[in-house]
Amino acid sequence: MTLMKSLMSAAAAMALSAGAALAEPALIFDLGGKFDKSFNEAAFNGAQRWAEETGGSFREIELQSEAQREQALRRFAEAGANPVITMGFAMADPLSTVAPDYPDTKFVVIDVNWLDAPNLRQVSFAEHEGSYLVGMLAAMASETGTIGFIGGMDVPLIRHFGCGYAQGAKAVNEDIEIVANMTGTTPAAWNDPVKGSELTKAQISQGADVIYAAAGGTGVGVLQTAADEGVLSIGVDSNQNHLHPGQVLTSMLKRVDVAVYEAMKAGEDVETGKFELGLADQGVGYALDENNAELISEEMKSRVDQARQDIIDGKIDVVSYYENDSCPALNF
Amino acid sequence: MDFLTIIQILDSTIRLSTPLLLACLAGLFSERSGVFDIGLEGKMLIAAFFSAAIAAVTGSVWLGLLAGIASSMVLAGLHGLASITFRGNQLISGVAINFLAAGMTVLIAQDWFRQGGRTPSLIGAGRFAPIELPFAGALADVPVLGPIYSELLSGHSILVYFAFAAVPATWWILFRTRFGLRLRAVGENPAAVDTAGVSVVGLRYAAVGIAGILCGIAGAYLATALQAGFVKDMTAGRGFIALAALIFAKWRPWHAMGACLLFGFLQAIALRFQNIDLGGLIIPVQVMDALPYILTVVILAGFVGKAIPPRAGGEPYVKER
Repeated sequence: MTLMKSLMSAAAAMALSAGAALAEPALIFDLGGKFDKSFNEAAFNGAQRWAEETGGSFREIELQSEAQREQALRRFAEAGANPVITMGFAMADPLSTVAPDYPDTKFVVIDVNWLDAPNLRQVSFAEHEGSYLVGMLAAMASETGTIGFIGGMDVPLIRHFGCGYAQGAKAVNEDIEIVANMTGTTPAAWNDPVKGSELTKAQISQGADVIYAAAGGTGVGVLQTAADEGVLSIGVDSNQNHLHPGQVLTSMLKRVDVAVYEAMKAGEDVETGKFELGLADQGVGYALDENNAELISEEMKSRVDQARQDIIDGKIDVVSYYENDSCPALNF
Repeated sequence: MDFLTIIQILDSTIRLSTPLLLACLAGLFSERSGVFDIGLEGKMLIAAFFSAAIAAVTGSVWLGLLAGIASSMVLAGLHGLASITFRGNQLISGVAINFLAAGMTVLIAQDWFRQGGRTPSLIGAGRFAPIELPFAGALADVPVLGPIYSELLSGHSILVYFAFAAVPATWWILFRTRFGLRLRAVGENPAAVDTAGVSVVGLRYAAVGIAGILCGIAGAYLATALQAGFVKDMTAGRGFIALAALIFAKWRPWHAMGACLLFGFLQAIALRFQNIDLGGLIIPVQVMDALPYILTVVILAGFVGKAIPPRAGGEPYVKER
């Protein structure tokens, strides 16, 4: 019996030390899927960059259902992965129950900033600031004086996008008309390009000639229809300008890849706490490349860059939707 | 709300109803023969993928359509094999088909195109182009009827016209041909059909096969006419709304068209207006999204007449006990 016990404990110790030596980071993608050309794909690109630079490897899982969230967290934590990086606001609840159970594991969560746990690194982005800039560009590019916003699932985060966009547009043109629609209220709204197309057509018929899609996979349909109908669109999260060269005005960049890359680089010693990446940290911004160079004139560029500097310096205050759950510039 | 807005909403209704209508007619054939089919969603999804994939590779949307129909037929055959030949549970087989399609499409797409479970964007001949009906341009200026003809009826892809033509065709096949009579009989009382010397298994396979063809067209419409490529899970529950429409229509072709147009109309309204203000009473968009299901439950509960499914539905036929 004692022999058995010591053997068992030796085996356990070995398993533990093996786990410690191999402490790989783990990455949990949200329901939108790893290759959504947007939010999750940006995370994957960051992880990929880390893996290429360091020769390391990371574990990953694409969630298929809500029920898997907690399970995936526990499996990675128990397998010794460190840090465990999770994507999206929907991980907040599972994390608040799981994180205290694994005090030695560091958890990183993107798009969450309201939890309280010592082993948690919470990274959020100032999406309203980036959206403000693309809103300005939209208002300057619009000829009809009407612009559109199409969100994915109707959650505060997406309203936060829309709110910054509306404020930026109003800063350029006080009387601009903003048509805002949400695709749906369930996670299916992130992957419904057909609905995205219909919304785009509906907004175009209401006069919109620049449409901003903050809708994950649904945005593919928005950008496609906008290109078919000959109006401009604005991509989100990753640089989507290349999807329809010359027909995507710009993309609101959210450097999720940088956040993931930094967390993986720091490894087990990743700093915990709350971090917000804004314009000043290059955490958000707008995309300018050869695909949209002709759409953004010198004047537009200089005005937006001026606004960017003013936001960083605190001269322009972009109101966050979270502050009082309402938007001064747009009614949802 | 002006006239043009109404036309635009109705136009959107037609686009959104078409996949529902095709899937609903597919379910109609299958269920009228006594084979429940909750795999409509999966068959549409796999057809959406293969039509987009083949159209992207070959550059021909017609080859894509054929590939979509073929893939949907394979799943229909699988459903038939499990639930007709091996007398398995039809609902479980349908669920399995839905899961199979959801997983397999993304897996194959990732392996073939390396674009993260989607197909490349289709261009030119890889998509169904809108068809301009004759004189649509010339008649556009005629008041009232002009816009109805040139905006609403003209300018859809050929699959839309096919879907609406399939409604009278379905009615004719089911209620005016020998095949249709037997098909309906096999869903009500297969033993009687068998006694008359007609193959129950053969008829049911034929019905499931027709369902496969129609689902294939529905999927191809989503991926190659409405959209320009396949995206993961792009059917987004339309197969289930089609099932709801089928129950709502009490398994009748003309009513199926009415139900699909109604559900499409509700979607179009929900997409056009976020919140509807009815003189102080504000209807949130979520209510409009849920309305098809609520209406179906109301019908099922027997408030608006009774919805009686084909009597032999869901039961595999056993020749001798």
